[in-house]
Amino acid sequence: MRSPHTASLELWGVRKEFGSFTAVESLDLTVPEGSFFALLGPSGCGKTTTLRMVAGLEQPTSGVISIGGRDVTGTAAHRRPVNTVFQSYALFPHLTVLDNVAFGLKRKRVPDARAKARAGLETVQLAHLGDRRPNQLSGGQQQRVALARALVNSPSVLLLDEPLGALDLALRREMQLELKRIQADAGITFVHVTHDQEEAMTMADTVAVMNEGRVEQLGPPAELYELPSTAFVANFLGRSNLVTGSVVDVGEVLGVDVAGTRLRVPVGRVSAGSTGVGAVVQLGVRPEKVRIVANGSEPTSGSNVLGPGKVTDVSFTGVSTQYQVDLGDLGVHEVFAQNSSGAPEVRVGDAVRLAWDVDHTFGLAGEPARSGQ
Amino acid sequence: MTTVAPGPAIGVAAPGTGAPGTGAEDVAARRAGAAGVGLMLPGTLYLVAFFVIPVFALLATSLYVPVPGGDVGQFMPAFHWQNYVTALADFWQPLARSFWFALLATAGALAVGYPIAYLIAVRGRGRPLLQGMLLVLVVAPFFTSFVLRTIAWKQILADDGYVVQALHWLHVLPPDGRLTATSFAVVVSLTHNFVPFMALPIYASLERLDPRLVEAGGDLYAGPWTTFRTVTLPLSMPGVVSGTLLTFIPAAGDYVSASLLGNSTNTAMIGQVIDTRFFRLLDYPTAASLSVVLMAAIAVLVGLYVRRTGTEDLL
Ligand SMILES: Nc1ncnc2c1ncn2[C@@H]1O[C@H](COP(=O)(O)OP(=O)(O)OP(=O)(O)O)[C@@H](O)[C@H]1O
Ligand SMILES: [Mg+2]
Repeated sequence: MRSPHTASLELWGVRKEFGSFTAVESLDLTVPEGSFFALLGPSGCGKTTTLRMVAGLEQPTSGVISIGGRDVTGTAAHRRPVNTVFQSYALFPHLTVLDNVAFGLKRKRVPDARAKARAGLETVQLAHLGDRRPNQLSGGQQQRVALARALVNSPSVLLLDEPLGALDLALRREMQLELKRIQADAGITFVHVTHDQEEAMTMADTVAVMNEGRVEQLGPPAELYELPSTAFVANFLGRSNLVTGSVVDVGEVLGVDVAGTRLRVPVGRVSAGSTGVGAVVQLGVRPEKVRIVANGSEPTSGSNVLGPGKVTDVSFTGVSTQYQVDLGDLGVHEVFAQNSSGAPEVRVGDAVRLAWDVDHTFGLAGEPARSGQ
Repeated sequence: MTTVAPGPAIGVAAPGTGAPGTGAEDVAARRAGAAGVGLMLPGTLYLVAFFVIPVFALLATSLYVPVPGGDVGQFMPAFHWQNYVTALADFWQPLARSFWFALLATAGALAVGYPIAYLIAVRGRGRPLLQGMLLVLVVAPFFTSFVLRTIAWKQILADDGYVVQALHWLHVLPPDGRLTATSFAVVVSLTHNFVPFMALPIYASLERLDPRLVEAGGDLYAGPWTTFRTVTLPLSMPGVVSGTLLTFIPAAGDYVSASLLGNSTNTAMIGQVIDTRFFRLLDYPTAASLSVVLMAAIAVLVGLYVRRTGTEDLL
C-alpha cells in the first residue's frame, strides 16, 4: 500500500547554535516527495541535530522547515506528520512490543490500532514477539520494532537516525534491502542518516554529504562518486588520488601543470572556482580508474601520466589488488586493479608510472588545505 | 586457581586450596560453606534478638490475662484470644481512623511530593548544582525534630494565626470555626512530615527516566500531558509505590501528630491508644493485641497494594 500522505521536505537557511557552537550552518535542502534521501557525514557533523529539527525535538536558531509545502518551523513535535527511528531506538520499556507499535496509532485515535500494529509487526517479521517486552529482544529485533513503530503511522516523512548502526554486517545488509523495499512499497519520503558511505550509496536516490554542519555536495550517488566537488567529498565517498597544480591552458580541456608534468581535465569536470590561466586547482582520479604502466611499456596516448614512482605496497584483496605508489613530492597514490587476466606483474620496489583517461579526471577548485572555505 | 565447589554447596574455595582429588575439593567446599554461615551469623543473630523474639513476646503478651487479685499491671501467661475481641470492639474507631488519616496523608504527600520530585529531576536535568540545592531543601526539615515541626503547625493553625483569620475573612470557615484540634490539623501535620519520604523515591525514579523516551512520546503524536500520563508516570511508578509505602506505613502508626494537634474525641489514632494503654493504664495485653492487629492489617494492605500495582520485585 502506498502512503497517501507522503510529502516533500524543505529546509531553508536552517541554522542551529548551541551556545557559541554552531552545530548546523545555514542548511538549504529539498527532499522530493517519495524519495529516499541519505544524509551522510562523519561523527559530530550535525546529522542528528538536523533530523531533530525536522522532527520538532530541537528548535532551529533561524531558518524555515516545511513539510509538503506547509511551514512547520514553530509546530510542536506531536503535531508534525513525521516519525523518527531513533539512533538509540527509544522503545518504551513498560509496554509490550505490540503496545509500543500501537502507541502512535492510539494517540491519533486510529480505529483498530492493535490490529494495525500487528500488521506493522508482520512487515518486519516480528508478529510472533508482540507480547514480549523490548528488553527481551535482541538488538536487531529492537531496531525492527522501532522501525515498525514509526512506519505504522504512515508519516509524510520518516526520519531514520543510523538505524542499522547496531547490527552485524549480514543483518545490516539484509535490513538495507528490507528498508529499500519498504520505502519503495510505501512510497514514504525517507531521510536516512548514516556515516557509512556504502550504505548511503546503495540505498538512497539522493545523497547529501555533510561536514562540520554544512552540506558539501548533494546529488545522486553515482554523480557524487564520479564528480565530487570538494576534496572532503572526494575522500569521504570512496578514495581519491589528489594533486595540486596551476592552469596553463584554457579551452574545452584545461591543461594543468603539476610539478612540471602536464595533466589535462575536461573543463566540464572542474567544479566552480576560477579556471583561468594561473588558477590553482586540484586534480583527482579514483584509484580504480588508474592503470599501472610498468617500466618499458608506453601508456596509451591521450592519458594523463604521472611518475615514475616506487611501488611501496601490494595487497591482494580477492576481487582486486591494491597498490601504493610513492610519487615523491606528489604523495602516495593508490591503484585498485581488477584481478582479471593480463594484469602486469608488479612487485614492491618496482619503478612504475600511473596513467588514466583524461575523461576520468576531475578538478576541484582551490588549495588542498580545504576547499570551499 | 579457584575451584568451584561441586554439588549444591554454594561458594568458591579460597585461592590455593584447589588441590587435585575429590577429598580436597569436599574439604574446600565445606570450608566455603562454613565461611558463608559465618558471614550470615551476625545478621541472623541481630534479627533473632531484635525482631523474632520481640514479635513472639508481643504475640504472647497479647494473650495474657490479669493475675487474679493482683495489682494493676500484673499479668500471667495464657491463651486468652478474647483479648482481641474486646480490643477491637473498644477501639475499632481509632484503628479505622488511623488508616483513613494515613490514606489522606499519603494522598496529600503524593500531591505535594510528586511535583517537587518532577521539578527537581526533570526540570532541573543538566543543572546538578540546582538539583543538589533543591534536594537539600527537601531534606532540610529533617534537621529539626519531628516534635518541633509538629508543634510549629500549632502556631500556624492557631485561632489568632494568619491562616485562620484569612479563612474567616474569606468566609471559608464559619466565625466560630477553628483548625487546631481538628482532623484537618492532624492530617496536615502527617502530610508535611512525610513529604520527603514521598518525594525522594519518586525523584530517584524520575532521575533515571531516559529523556529520549519522552521525546519518542512527542514524536508519536502524544502531547505533553499525554506523554506524562502514558510514559513518564508509568515509568516513575516504582518510586510512587515506594513513596506511598514509606508514607502510609509509618503514618498509620503515628501518634505524635494526633496527640499534639488533635482533640480527645474525634481525632484519636491507634498509636495514641496503644501508647495510653501501655504507659498510662499498664494494660499490656490490650496494647499488644492492638499492635498485632495494626501490624497484620498493614501487612495485608501493603501486600494487596503491591500485588495490584504489579511491583512485587520491590519487596
Ligand atoms: N544539546 C547539545 N548541546 C551542545 N552541543 C550539542 C548538543 N547536541 C549536539 N551538540 C553538538 O553538535 C554537534 C553535532 O551533533 P550531532 O548529534 O548532530 O552529530 P551527528 O552528526 O549526529 O554525529 P554521530 O554520527 O556521532 O551521531 C556535535 O559536535 C555535538 O557535540
Ligand atoms: Mg547522530
